[in-house]
Amino acid sequence: MISAALPAILSHWRRHPLQLATLIAGLALAAGLWSAVQAINAEARASYSRAAEQLGTAGLARLVPESGSIPIARYAELRRSGWKLAPVLEGVVRFDRQSFDIMGVDLLQHPNAPDLAKAAEADSAAPLEALRPPGRIFAHPETAALFFKAQQVHPVTPLEALPRGLGMADLSLASHLLRQPDSLSYLLVLPEQPPGLDPLAELAPELTFIPARAAASDTARLTDSFHLNLTAFGLLSFAVGLFIVQGTIALSLEQRRGMIRTLRSLGVPMRLLTGLFIAELAAIALVAGIAGLVCGYLLAAALLPGVNATLAGLYGASVDGSLSLRPGWVFSGLAMTLGGAFLAGARSLFALWRMPILAAPATRARGQQASRSHVVSAFSGVATIIAGLVIISIYQNLIAGFAFLGALMLGAALLLPLLISAGLSLGAKMAKGALTEWLWADTRAQLPGMSLALMALLLALAANVGVGTMVSSFRLTFTGWLDQRLFAEVYVTAASDAQGAELAQWLETQGVTALSRSYHDTRFKSAPLRVYGFEDDSAYRSNWPLLDALPDVWDKTARGDSVLINEQLARRHGLVPGKILELEPGWRLPIAGVYSDYGNPNGQAMVALQALQKHVPGLPNRSFGLRAAPQEVSTLITLIRQRFDIPRENITDQATVKARSLEVFDRTFVITAALNLLTLGVAGFALLTSLLTLWSQRLPQLAPVWAMGVTRRQLAAAEVLRSLLLAAGTAVLALPLGLVLAWVLLSVINVAAFGWKLPMYLFPLDWLRLFVLALLAAVTAAALPAWRLSRIDPADLLKVFANER
Amino acid sequence: MNAKIFLVASGLIWATAVQPQGYAGLGTDAEGFAIPKPDTGPTFPADHGPHPDFRIEWWYLTANLEGADGADYGIQWTLFRSALAPGEAAGWQSPQIWMAHAAVTTKDKHLFAERIARGGVGQAGVQTHPFSAWIDNWQMRSADETIENISLSASGMEFSYDLNLMADGPLVLQGNAGYSVKSASGQASHYYSQPHYMVSGTLSLPDGPVDVTGHGWLDREWSSQPLAEDQSGWDWFSLSFDSGEKLMGFVLRGARGDFTSGTWISADGTAEPLEPGAFQAQPLGIRDVQGREMPTHWHASVPDKGVSVEVLALNPQSWMGTSFSYWEGPVTVTGSHSGKGYLEMTGYE
Repeated sequence: MISAALPAILSHWRRHPLQLATLIAGLALAAGLWSAVQAINAEARASYSRAAEQLGTAGLARLVPESGSIPIARYAELRRSGWKLAPVLEGVVRFDRQSFDIMGVDLLQHPNAPDLAKAAEADSAAPLEALRPPGRIFAHPETAALFFKAQQVHPVTPLEALPRGLGMADLSLASHLLRQPDSLSYLLVLPEQPPGLDPLAELAPELTFIPARAAASDTARLTDSFHLNLTAFGLLSFAVGLFIVQGTIALSLEQRRGMIRTLRSLGVPMRLLTGLFIAELAAIALVAGIAGLVCGYLLAAALLPGVNATLAGLYGASVDGSLSLRPGWVFSGLAMTLGGAFLAGARSLFALWRMPILAAPATRARGQQASRSHVVSAFSGVATIIAGLVIISIYQNLIAGFAFLGALMLGAALLLPLLISAGLSLGAKMAKGALTEWLWADTRAQLPGMSLALMALLLALAANVGVGTMVSSFRLTFTGWLDQRLFAEVYVTAASDAQGAELAQWLETQGVTALSRSYHDTRFKSAPLRVYGFEDDSAYRSNWPLLDALPDVWDKTARGDSVLINEQLARRHGLVPGKILELEPGWRLPIAGVYSDYGNPNGQAMVALQALQKHVPGLPNRSFGLRAAPQEVSTLITLIRQRFDIPRENITDQATVKARSLEVFDRTFVITAALNLLTLGVAGFALLTSLLTLWSQRLPQLAPVWAMGVTRRQLAAAEVLRSLLLAAGTAVLALPLGLVLAWVLLSVINVAAFGWKLPMYLFPLDWLRLFVLALLAAVTAAALPAWRLSRIDPADLLKVFANER
Repeated sequence: MNAKIFLVASGLIWATAVQPQGYAGLGTDAEGFAIPKPDTGPTFPADHGPHPDFRIEWWYLTANLEGADGADYGIQWTLFRSALAPGEAAGWQSPQIWMAHAAVTTKDKHLFAERIARGGVGQAGVQTHPFSAWIDNWQMRSADETIENISLSASGMEFSYDLNLMADGPLVLQGNAGYSVKSASGQASHYYSQPHYMVSGTLSLPDGPVDVTGHGWLDREWSSQPLAEDQSGWDWFSLSFDSGEKLMGFVLRGARGDFTSGTWISADGTAEPLEPGAFQAQPLGIRDVQGREMPTHWHASVPDKGVSVEVLALNPQSWMGTSFSYWEGPVTVTGSHSGKGYLEMTGYE
């Protein structure tokens, strides 16, 4: 019986290859976008955990100072209380004008010591040689090469297991290089501790205990928001993709109703038929899933560089290596496709299962009874939005922000059918003339079949408005901020302190103001903190982007009596002007102001240069911002270059710096733009498949209209008009939704994810562009059905009356 | 007790194996390090403190104890100093490395622990005013600059102890007035002991605390090159007889013949160096210890003193599985003399 029924069922696809292609493409698209995002996330996470595991201290808790560093005497005291701790000193060293991260460890205590010892031995170094001058630097082979190029004093041993960009050395060398003989950055708490020790909280109340997991996931925590963002996009695309599939599956079953009736009349049991349809769907989903995985892999590979740029730009986190194929990813992708296909086909399969044996097809196209379900859907939409509001009002964090976004989007989508239906009723009431009235009514009747596609369009449009507004607002703010922040006309870095001093002297004779840009890297509550020393200048007073400040902020700070901090530091630690910040042990200053510092993942502070020099002996002073009239900039650069041997790349004019910053900014959001466009494309495709689905169901309704004298061309035009009408209505509703989305992104998500709040700007021209784009999608989607309608054989329309169907 | 040290010299956790030229590389030439001289007798309290110009040094205490329960126990507390270069420097630049071993031995258990530290930062060290030797929370401490009355503590994952030691006799200068020759070719160390400690205190063991009393023996030794090139290890005995007499004797096993030496300490504390060859020790019983064949049952003799005794390990499995591993444990003595003591065996690989 199967052998008889199966060919009959499958013959449908031979007659409707386009439909098959749509179904597979829709599923593949959904699976592809979703799995691309998954692949990117998995790759980035694997990369972070590689970086954390490479150090081998991922599983270890830490003791970190509230601010500044831990004196070694304190370390000795804690050791003498019995706790097994391993000291770490971190900092940045410059060799040959290049910065290197240095991690100093006690090679006798550090958990990774055996690996380093092995590497040193393989490098034919004597045992313990790394503890004695000139010491030894251990680094990833790529970084080792850089170290080796930049200096030859300290031997360098390559070690694959170390993360890139870091040099590990014994504390004897690291403390010397970092000029911090008496201090440590943090202490690792070794895994095995003897019993009966006094608790660390009592022994070291001034140090913060960071449990192993939290300590390990520094990068992961920082970038979580980004991956959550990608996942949200991925899910959105997946959902939108499923709308397409839902429509196509419904269509394929709808068109086979006649055949189903025939098969059942011939004695094929309903159970068997349903089973066959399920098997058919599973097979199609499998094929589509594989295609989707291939697409997803290619898409991920194409997007990964953009993701890397984003992560590097926003968080300073790097994702190394290329994409690798993980079995878990393949299986979850296929499972997701199968699950999605059945979810999308559930309603149609259920309808098939419950269908009376001789039921007439196409009843679904008559949507008059649908208004009840619209109300139910709208109620659940309102409930969802309210739930989201409750969450966001209770928790003001990142997850809550995304939960609210999700609830808002879903709730709005559920409200959509009722709103459109209400709009159409209103239109119908105002309509004059039979044909116009029919058009409104017919559009309304089609709504149930189109509502899912319209929801997809709504979500895609709202996401575009929201994310677009966020990015554009960010860019506008960022540009304005760059103008304020980069007020010097020329930026120059000398090769050495001596040359720096010489340059400063010469500039003075030339009457050029040179503002020092010296800085010192330290840590605050275990996170990196860069302290800039600035020289009092009217340019700071008139330009610096202060967000919040005490009176006389510049006078106080210029005297060295107070400190300015960036917004990130302020938000992360709840610091406000008036509070005290400990920059180094014993160096405490009141905060006088908070300034915006976009694009920087880390904390930053500004103090008077003299104060910084006093607390940080040997502070390098070779970076300067020069004030000059714009027309003199190129002359000045040429003069400096003639007089001093400074490489071209170390002298930059303001315009170049700005252009470079904006370039980095734009690259950062390439992935967002790409995903945005893809989502919109998918939504357009969903619209097309819905219209195609409806098309064949609607012949029985169109035939009488045609019979009453409306031409096929007019009917086709009405078709396009209807599609436009629905898309326009959806786009209008998407706008407020998108703006709310943008607000949440700017004021909740950004603050939680990056530590800065951005003002929201509106870009009506972008909305207009998007509106046109939505209409374009609607026209394109309606074009094929309309074209078919205009070319339909009148006999087919006549058949509607002859046929009992 | 010599020896472990040597191990330290070659590099702690970095070390890989015994060097061909001697146990853990101790047979190499001293470069820039001070060399022990026969005419410089020790001065106190200064020599209780460290000698950073010498390559290696230790504060090595063992004790045979008896519990309130009547059972025999042994404890070890050792602080080794090993210099990567002669001299001292502040902070992380210090070339001094410290390592300590602690152990508690019962008839059927041998628990041990190890600590390692850098010099210069205060995590470990020895000072003389008052005397204090420490690494982490392990301590050997006196209230004054003598070592007459010291408190001793250490802890591992499964044990800890807290003991008081009171000297019941004078310091003993080993070898020739504290200059102890270690080979026929003249390798030597500075070496003195305090073998007369009365010990009391508490051991905390997995089964609970045990109050103990007994006798302890402290060895102080520093050198830069204590082994000859052909020497591969040693068997070292410190025996306290019930008569009140004590015997320290060692055999340095060498490819060109064994070198033996020792000191006879009479009941009143008078020390008499033994001529090379006067002390003899022969294995009587071999046991498998962590995959090695080791003699844990010995015959030891000093014919001149009428000593002919059997020395039997309290726990044959007294293996110190530390960065540098060796056998160290309490022994019982029977024969011409009876008593207790400690045995150390190195170089059995």
